[in-house]
Order: sequence, then structure tokens, then C-alpha cells
Amino acid sequence: MNIDSIKNGFVIDHIPAGCGMEIYQLLGLDDLDCSIALIKNVGSRKMGKKDIIKIDCDITFNMDILGYVDPGITVNVVREGKIVEKKTLDLPKKLVNVIQCKNPRCITTTEQELTHIFRLTDPEKRVYRCFYCEAKAK
Amino acid sequence: MRNLIDILDLSVEELDELMATASDIIEHPARYSEACRGKKLATLFFEPSTRTRLSFEAAMYELGGNVLSMASANSSSAAKGESVADTAKTVSCYADVIAMRHPKEGAPLVASLNVSIPVINAGDGGHNHPTQTLADLFTIKREKGEIRDLTVGFCGDLKFGRTVHSLISALARYTGIKIVLISPVELTVPSYIMTDVLEKNNIPYEQTTDLLSVMPKLDILYMTRVQKERFFNEEDYLRLKDSYILTPDKLKTAKKDLSILHPLPRVNEIAVAIDDDPRACYFKQVLNAKYMRMALILKLLEVKV
Repeated sequence: MNIDSIKNGFVIDHIPAGCGMEIYQLLGLDDLDCSIALIKNVGSRKMGKKDIIKIDCDITFNMDILGYVDPGITVNVVREGKIVEKKTLDLPKKLVNVIQCKNPRCITTTEQELTHIFRLTDPEKRVYRCFYCEAKAK
Repeated sequence: MRNLIDILDLSVEELDELMATASDIIEHPARYSEACRGKKLATLFFEPSTRTRLSFEAAMYELGGNVLSMASANSSSAAKGESVADTAKTVSCYADVIAMRHPKEGAPLVASLNVSIPVINAGDGGHNHPTQTLADLFTIKREKGEIRDLTVGFCGDLKFGRTVHSLISALARYTGIKIVLISPVELTVPSYIMTDVLEKNNIPYEQTTDLLSVMPKLDILYMTRVQKERFFNEEDYLRLKDSYILTPDKLKTAKKDLSILHPLPRVNEIAVAIDDDPRACYFKQVLNAKYMRMALILKLLEVKV
């Protein structure tokens, strides 16, 4: 399978296999005009299988989203066809407007204008809880 | 300015201070009768309540203050779709402190983030009910002398029982506490209470469906009602509502100095015949709640007596 290399943009690499589409949606890549490649189940020595996303335009996006999905994801910044920076991620301590609370009793389900905030309460188990109702993120 | 949204907003030292104030109010009520003269408490209750709202209002009146009362969501702008933040901002123009009950979890927190006066969570959905916990802790202290080296059993609806969650979190900070969780399988405490509260604080605990088997070891038995309003499905409610009913028979193996607590209202989970048993403490709890709310109002309004 041939996918052109990108000129100016990003390569989001080491995405756990099967999580590529989730990232595609969380980053809102659907709204972009530029070339985007979502490559699934690529062979990887480290991970067995992985997903990769290539974005051929210079955009700004919320790195916390990637860290939330998996802090092992890497982001390569490409300029003029060359990788100029390799970014590694941390598990974000706080998520703002990344995910929404699924607890039907949470105040955020009825008051739509509220900021959706989740806090990392257990870094070891990667548990995030809603700032308002403390329900676990699903 | 401080709020009380979660019982953990208060340190153990602050809890001790509140209990000392409440004890002093009981001994010297006259000293406090004018303490909040000119101050107003707004009770914003978006969900029905008799005890908590009247307790807050009685507390403020006994401190010489005044009360602005909203007794149901239907009688407020919330019925027109007003947000919690807007309601709170408006009320903060009239009152010095707000006590809010809301069916949505996190609503009092939202209110507190939008006003410059103290907000007290008077119950938010199945989440927290910190002032009930103040009453529970004060009752345990008055009955047992100290909050330490106690085996505390929680019985009934431990899943949706917000008073249970708050009290377990509060007790986890005291020494020598053992917890016994007694409930039907469908109504066990949420897993985060076990992992984030009990296990994290190394509190010994056991789970059982059999009240009688653990009765002899309990120093405190905290009974709860299976709450109809927390169920989405009436069938489940009907199936589980009579899971645990405390009768004089079941108390035969209990300790002579057991203290039976219940946040009330009771439906049928404690037989009326138990009310005359000296171990029944639930109506004392109601009175203790008022004194602790008085102490809390004084603290939040920074009134020194």
C-alpha cells in the first residue's frame, strides 16, 4: 500500500491498533480539507500492530487528547518533507472539553454550556473522573 | 470564603472544631441566639426535602438570622429553564450563604464556582450529602465518646445512598475504623469507594448480604432506605425495596451499646418497635444535624461567638 509522504504537517505514530478512528474523531479531523491518511493495523516491532495518522497541513490540536488515548503515542512534526521535531506525551492531569460525562445524573447532562472537565485521579490505572459528579470516564 | 461541597473539604481538625462548637451550642444556646443577626440564609431546594431544609432554616433562626426559602424547582425560575449558575448568581445578591439541594450531581459545585458567597451542598443526586455526614459524625462522637476503634456496618442501599458514600469517606480518616458493607448484590457500594477510599486508606472492610451474621460485631449500624427516586426502573425498585428490614428479633445478637443510625426518612426498613430501644439514635441524629448546621453556618460566615 503506498501513501505519499507529507510535506508540512504531522505524523501521529504508535497509536494502539484500533484507536486510530477514535483519535480521528476526537481531533475533529473530519472537518479538514487537506490530505489525511488513517492507516490501521500497521506491523510494529514494539507494539505488534499499530495505527498511524498522517495529516498534510499545519494545524493546532489538543495534545491532551492524544495523551488521554495513550501516552505512548508520538507526534512527528514534518516541515518541508523532513521530521523536525518528535514530541512525546504525558498522561494529562486534566481534560477540558475532550470527553463528556456519561452519568445521566450529572449536571453536565442538562446544562449544555458547562465546560466538560475530567481529572486524573489514578495515574497508575489511568482513571479519569468527572470534576462535577466524580463518575469514572468511560 | 469557603464552601462545603464534599465532606473532604473539611480537615479532621475542622470537623473537631465544628463538633466542639455544636457541643457548646447545646450547652449554651443563649450565647448563640443573636450570632447571625442581620444575616440571611437562602435554602434552594430543587428536590423535595422536609428534614434537611427545615433543619437548615431552624439552624439559621436559632442563630438569630433570617431565611429565604425556595422549596421546590417548580416554584423557581429553574422551571423556566434557568441555569444553576444564573439562579445562584441572582440569589447571591440577596443572601449571605446558600444551602442547595439539587437532583443533578455537581450542581452545588457549579453554584459555588459562580458566586462569591459560601455554598453548602445540601444533597446532590446520589453523590454527596456532607451536612448529613456532619450529623452522623457528631452523633457517633456523642454516643461513643470518640470516633476511633469502631466497627461500622452500613446496611441497605449502598449504591445510591449518598450519605453512605460521604460517611465512609469521612470515617476513613479516623484510626481503628472497620467497615462492614451489608447490601443486596445489586446495591453494593460503587467500586471507587472500595478502591479509592477504603483500600487507599488501608481501612479493613468486608462485604456481605447477610445482616444477621455480622450483627454481633457492630458498634454502629447505619441503616438506609432503598430510594425510589434513584431508580430508573420501577421493577428493580419493587424487587429490592424490602431487602433489609431491622426488627427487634434481629437485634437479639447485637451489642448492648450498639448505636443504630439512619439518615431518615424511614419507610419500613426499621420497625417502629425499635424506636423505644435505647440503641436507636436516629431521632437524636436529627437534632444533632441542626446543631452541626448551626456550627457550619457560623464557620462559613466567619462569625465568632
